[in-house]
Amino acid sequence: MADIFDAYALADAWDEMFERRGATNTVRTAYEPVLAALQPIEPGELRFRADQMARSFTDRGVTYAFAGEERPWPLDLVPRIIDAVEWDFVQRGVGQRVRALEAYLADAYGPCRAFEDRVVPWRLLLGSPHFHRAAHGVEPPGGVRIHVAGIDLVRDEAGDFRVLEDNVRVPSGVSYVIENRRAMTRVFPSLFDGQHVVPVDGYAQRLLAALRAAAPERTADPRVVVLTPGPGNAAYFEHALLARLMGVQLVEGHDLVCRGNRVWMRTTRGEVPVHVVYRRLDDDFLDPLHFRPDSVIGCPGILSAATAGNVTLANAVGNGIADDKLLYTYVPDLIRYYLGEEPILPNVESYRPDEPGQLEAVLDQIDQLVVKPVDGAGGQGIVIGPKADAKTLERTRRAVAADPRGFVAQRPVALSTSPTLTGERMAPRHIDLRPFAVNDGDEIWVLPGGLTRVALQEAT
Amino acid sequence: MNDVILSRIAEALTWTGRYVERADATARILDAYLHRMLEDPWRDEDVACRSLYAILGLDAGGAPVDMQQVLDQLAFDARSTGAIEGALGAARLNARSAREAVSSAMWECLNATWHALADQRRAARRTGPYAYLELVRSRAALFFGLADSTMSRDDSWRFVVLGRSLERVDMTVRLLSVRVLDAAHAPDWPTLLSASGADEAYARVYGGFGDTPRVAEFLLLDRDFPRSALHALTTAEECLSALGRPRQDPARRPIGRLRTRLEYLDTSALEDQLPLLLRDLQTACMASAEAVAERFFPYQGPVVWAQEGA
Repeated sequence: MADIFDAYALADAWDEMFERRGATNTVRTAYEPVLAALQPIEPGELRFRADQMARSFTDRGVTYAFAGEERPWPLDLVPRIIDAVEWDFVQRGVGQRVRALEAYLADAYGPCRAFEDRVVPWRLLLGSPHFHRAAHGVEPPGGVRIHVAGIDLVRDEAGDFRVLEDNVRVPSGVSYVIENRRAMTRVFPSLFDGQHVVPVDGYAQRLLAALRAAAPERTADPRVVVLTPGPGNAAYFEHALLARLMGVQLVEGHDLVCRGNRVWMRTTRGEVPVHVVYRRLDDDFLDPLHFRPDSVIGCPGILSAATAGNVTLANAVGNGIADDKLLYTYVPDLIRYYLGEEPILPNVESYRPDEPGQLEAVLDQIDQLVVKPVDGAGGQGIVIGPKADAKTLERTRRAVAADPRGFVAQRPVALSTSPTLTGERMAPRHIDLRPFAVNDGDEIWVLPGGLTRVALQEAT
Repeated sequence: MNDVILSRIAEALTWTGRYVERADATARILDAYLHRMLEDPWRDEDVACRSLYAILGLDAGGAPVDMQQVLDQLAFDARSTGAIEGALGAARLNARSAREAVSSAMWECLNATWHALADQRRAARRTGPYAYLELVRSRAALFFGLADSTMSRDDSWRFVVLGRSLERVDMTVRLLSVRVLDAAHAPDWPTLLSASGADEAYARVYGGFGDTPRVAEFLLLDRDFPRSALHALTTAEECLSALGRPRQDPARRPIGRLRTRLEYLDTSALEDQLPLLLRDLQTACMASAEAVAERFFPYQGPVVWAQEGA
């Protein structure tokens, strides 16, 4: 009988589920139960379960905004398995990374030792659009600026995890980790049976504990709120889920009012003080008095209240200097410098065009590199050399030559692949992994599980 | 930690309760009318449809109206909150913006209903609107049932119930008004009773014979029937009183006054007083809703732009 893994052709990348042994594919040990559960299922039945899941997502409002439409969250039926040994490694690597970035932020908005010691050049700080003077000299409660981090990992051709990007501003996606797990245990209980899968539902309690710990000192019973741009935001589902799981108010900018350098929220019983704002707005929109004056989703005066130490913003304002793509290239050095440790998770090999000698190297082999604008969010402005046409390459070459500080270049990594249901059969698709870390000041806790994103176009 | 409730959320909850109740009531009224019209061979469709418009406070226009137009405008119109679909859509959006205050079960009920309406609407065009109206009624019942069993009896709950109660009074008054004030377009008593979902309860109390004073008395003054004006007013007043009792309470005063008037009304004089009473009920509900908005959902005016402190 033909099964859904027939004709599963491995791409030129590490596959999460199968390894090539001669002419055949052999399932990896950790995936044996997954194969055992999926193989007997008729292709049509699998499709049916997938549709059932999409319906359940639509009904429950687990959707994302796409071109102004509410679409059900697409979740592939094949789970991503990471065994305990490997996860331990990921977890330590992510924790180490966040510790180093916290140290860097404290340093950059404080004594600036790393710059004096020439570990990181001054221009990196002074030239960053995310550097905020308002954050300078502010000592956050517990020393925490990165309450929540999302560190993007990829697995390279050899099967090694590497960091692709750090997100320490407003990382999103954790709600989908929680919802995906919930959906999978319902649609496919047999996959979990007896597999000792570590639960992910403790996230909200950890987050709330960290947020309460971040409250300004002398606050006996701190009030935490989640600040959202509103139902129109693509991540509104996540904001609402977190608020609900934590049992705190989900506020919009106009629900808050600042007076006397304190923040209050408007309730049916009058104005009530707020102590910790888990804000899901970018710095630019947070406070029209300091940043974009046209922002209507922010709260005027909130930054002054934070600077005065009367309210804690999580994550802190100005964290953008720690996750731009140029600083990324320095993180291994920062780990050695601040922590005296060797990096557990390596970076992807990178070039800094603004350093002597490197610009020429980048321009020469631009057709073999991935070029990223330093300040681009997500995938914006990224040029993948081997896939770009001559015109794009020429334009990129000129852009990099004109502004070497504005770009980094990386070796293209063939991201690992995972079996993905396409139509009624399985095909390899490239994936990444975003683990989430919560810092309460004493401990950096990594959620045991992460968000795996799938590139739906065919793997090469 | 959720001991207080944001003004914006309170408003959204009130409207959620209101819109679901409105969709429910509208579905019941449409169902009663449709049923009546099919069973009554002498009935004039245009007249009956016009009386429906009058009940729901909408303009029927000059041209003759038929049942399909009624359904299109009073049931299937997603842009009008006076229609079932528009009301449910508005309820869903309100619940969505108060997502952390309504329980997930309630939200999923509204959301799933909203997504199911399109299919039922298409089916209604082929096989008649019964299944569509039935879906709306059963989901509204499910929604309030879930509210009843999943929401703590805190302020959030009270705002939902307050919205539902005010809408209930409003709908009952509208039904009676058409009968009393606009006799030409009036529905007969059985239709009126079943449109209020009160036919069986009424039959148990009065043994099945309807006349103006008795039906009006039942729909306005019955202490036990939950859709009577007195019962809904009492519930609304209880909610308001639990939400806080300032010395001067412009939200509770009109409701309380009407409630006492209904309680001690001389039923023999009811028929004469009816037009005036209905008008006063409508005014009181409006005044109370306005006062509620003013007190609990103050207009979030332009922020003070002067920078304070450092």
